[in-house]
Order: sequence, then structure tokens, then C-alpha cells
Amino acid sequence: MKRYQEILDALYEVLTPFANEANKQLSEETELVADLDIDSVRLLELLMEIEDHMDISIPLNVLPDINTVRDLAVSLQELSE
Amino acid sequence: MTQSIFDKFQYYANLREDVARLDTNPFNVVVEQVLSETEAIVNGRRTILAGTNNYLGLTFDPRCIAAGRKALEEEGTGTTGSRMANGTYAGHLALERELADFFGLPSSIVFSTGYIANLGILSTIPGPSDVVLLDADSHASIYDGCRLGSAEVIRFRHNDPGDLDKRLKRLGTKAESALIVVEGIYSMIGDQAPLQEIVEVKRRHGAYLLVDEAHSLGVLGEHGRGLVEQAGVQEDVDFIVGTFSKSLGAIGGFCVSKWKELENVRYAMRPYIFTASSSPSIIASTRVALHILREQGAELRKRLWDNAHRLYLGLRELDFKLGPESSPVVAITLGESKEQALEIWHDLLDKGVYVNLVMPPASPGAGCLLRCSLSSAHSAVQIDAIIDAFRSLRNNILES
Repeated sequence: MKRYQEILDALYEVLTPFANEANKQLSEETELVADLDIDSVRLLELLMEIEDHMDISIPLNVLPDINTVRDLAVSLQELSE
Repeated sequence: MTQSIFDKFQYYANLREDVARLDTNPFNVVVEQVLSETEAIVNGRRTILAGTNNYLGLTFDPRCIAAGRKALEEEGTGTTGSRMANGTYAGHLALERELADFFGLPSSIVFSTGYIANLGILSTIPGPSDVVLLDADSHASIYDGCRLGSAEVIRFRHNDPGDLDKRLKRLGTKAESALIVVEGIYSMIGDQAPLQEIVEVKRRHGAYLLVDEAHSLGVLGEHGRGLVEQAGVQEDVDFIVGTFSKSLGAIGGFCVSKWKELENVRYAMRPYIFTASSSPSIIASTRVALHILREQGAELRKRLWDNAHRLYLGLRELDFKLGPESSPVVAITLGESKEQALEIWHDLLDKGVYVNLVMPPASPGAGCLLRCSLSSAHSAVQIDAIIDAFRSLRNNILES
């Protein structure tokens, strides 16, 4: 099981280019769609990259509950258990 | 400021503004008069239809029309009820028997549309303790069917058996009851699933496999049964879903299976129960179209594939970015600019050629698509006219 902070750091790394483009500061409260302007197609591609990196599969069922970076990190932590 | 229930549709409001400056909305094209299987009057102009999925050109077959007309006169305009109540006529059952016979499988269920077929099967068969693994480029009806159901849903990379294998491995023993979902021909780009490799992965993990043959029924296989027949893997496929609205020139859907237990699922499927059954005329014309597919399918398929190759090669010579293989679905990938895509689509229509315009998120990648679909009823002259229209816009397309 990966530690929450470890997952969060990995997410910050992946999301930094989007934050730079949107001119936003990343935090746990950052909203993936509203703040980083990540559209649904790009979000699904991004999730596949994260899946490969963490060797997990993220069910589509969890996506409606993911709005912020924290939501995503918590989901990833649960899935990696 | 007061919030409106319509605020969330701002994206579509913006899109409507973008298309408002054109005299035709690509997502609301009005066919003013149908002239034949391949031509219509659109915007007052005679137009070649190159985006209708009418693969075998059966929409005007006199035998289908005669059967539909006879059923209309003898059985009325509609059944006005569910298959589960008053909506199962002798024709619905006969079509189910004929489909089962065509595929050489024991079980068959007919639905009112292909969309409903996927909704019914995928929302009902996989339960809360099951997992569905679907190809990332699956049709919306597959995604929606999964959303309506209770199973866990995992995507695998498009046409990537290795990625599917990896994800099945992660499931452990749950892989044995997992359902893999792929399509025979993918509707947007026209590429085929690597079915033999997918079947190998399925065998290794003991999962179930559903193949959606919506765009491959009548198009692939020696007898037109689809990719499952062409790949020679029928024994390994658990469910085949398809539609009557493409090769069979009507509307409706079906699921056939090697599992007799499919019959137990019939009355558990809410999308099957809570909708009216197909009109008798639709069932009658579909039955005749299926008969024609069985008797004359090879000849129609040859014409269709000749047309497909002619268009694919013609467009490839123009250096357009096409799908990986020649197919009755030929898609030209444009850039990400929706405005440019709209202009090019509209210019094609002005030149008398209708194709489908597909934008993200409906297109598989970030680019827009000009999607053509061919018919056995297209003539070589029409295919050349389509190529000529694209040639005249070559620079705009390459620079988009």
C-alpha cells in the first residue's frame, strides 16, 4: 500500500504541466476540470498513465466522485490497498 | 446571479453559436428528399450520401419494401406495447429463430434498437460482483449499458490485448467471471478488433467475451456473420450483439449466444421490458433483409469492399491521415480546431458530398474526424466524385 503523501507527490508531478498552462497553483483542493481545464478525453488518457505508473486499474465507477486532487489521491490509495 | 438548470449546457450553447454562421448545422442535417440508397436532396442540392452506414444498400430493396408494406397493412403501424406484454408478434419470434439459425447458436433476443440491445445486456448480465472490461474506443451504447448496470467497469487500451491481459491479471480470481467487450469494426475509424489475440487472452483467464458486430454484420466473414466468423473464433465468443439499422437497412437490435441461459435474462432486462417492441413492418423488412444477406450477401459484400478500397486508396493518395486499414468506414483525421473542421465539412456539403463530422469527445483522439461510410449501392462514379470533392479541399485538410 502506497502512502497518501507518496501518491499526492506523484500526482503533483503529473499535473504540474496542466497547472502551469492554466496558471494555477496545485493543492489538494485543486479541481481537475474546473481549475486545470482538463477535458474528459484528456482526463481518461491521464488516468491510463497513472494506472500504468501504479500498476492498478481505476474503475470508471469511481470517476463521478472525483473532483479534486485530494479525491483522486484518496481513490488511488484505496485502489492500491 | 441566479443559477439556471440549463447552465451546465453552456458548452453546447457555444457549439451552437459556432455552427450558427453556417447555413447547415452538421449535427442537425435535414434530408429534404431521399432519392435513392446513396443520394438525397440536402440544402436544396443533389447530394451523394457518404455517411449513412447503409453498407449493403438494402433500404430501397423492393422485396424489403413489399414485406414491410404487407405487414403494415395486415398488422398495423405499431405494436403499442412491450415484448413482455402485448408486443411479441409471430414475426418477432420468427426473426429470433432466423437470427439464431443464421449464427448457428441456440439463443437469440430481438430488441427495439441496437442501443437498447447493449443497454439491456450490459446493464443486466454483469452483476455487482462482476467486472466488465471494455475497449476504450467502445460505442456510447456500451458505456451507457455499463453505467446503467452495477458491475465494476474497467477500460483497456484500444485494440491492445496486452493491456487487457495486464488488467485481467490484476483482477485475480475475479477474472473468471469478468466480461470483455469489443467491437467487430469500430464505428469511428473503421479498424477491426484483433479478435484472435483477444480470444487467447480470454482463454488464459477464463473470462466471458461479448463482440458488438453493429458495423461488421453483413460486412465481414464468408457468410457475413461478422468478425467472429472471419476470425474463426465463434466457439470462444459468449455473446454477439448487433443492429438492424446498418446492413439490414431498418432499425432494431439483437443478441445471440451459445448460452441457452440467455433466455433467463430476457425478463430481467429493464431496457427490454420498458419500451415498446419494433413495429411489424420493421420486423418484416428485417427478416427479408436477413434472407437477402444469406442468399446474396457475398455479391453485395464484394461491391461494398470494392468501393471501400477505391475510396481508401484514393484518399491515401491525397496524403490524408486515415485509419490503419481499408474498411467500409473511412475516417480522415483533422486537427483539433473545431472551426476549421466545420468549414471543411461544410465545403464538402457545398460540393454535393455528405459525410459525418465527428468532434471530441465523440472522436477517439483529440482531433476532429470526417467519417465516410460506404455502401454496396455506391457506383464507382460516385466514389470518384467523393474523392474529387476531398481533393479540391486537400490543402485545407492537410493544414487543419
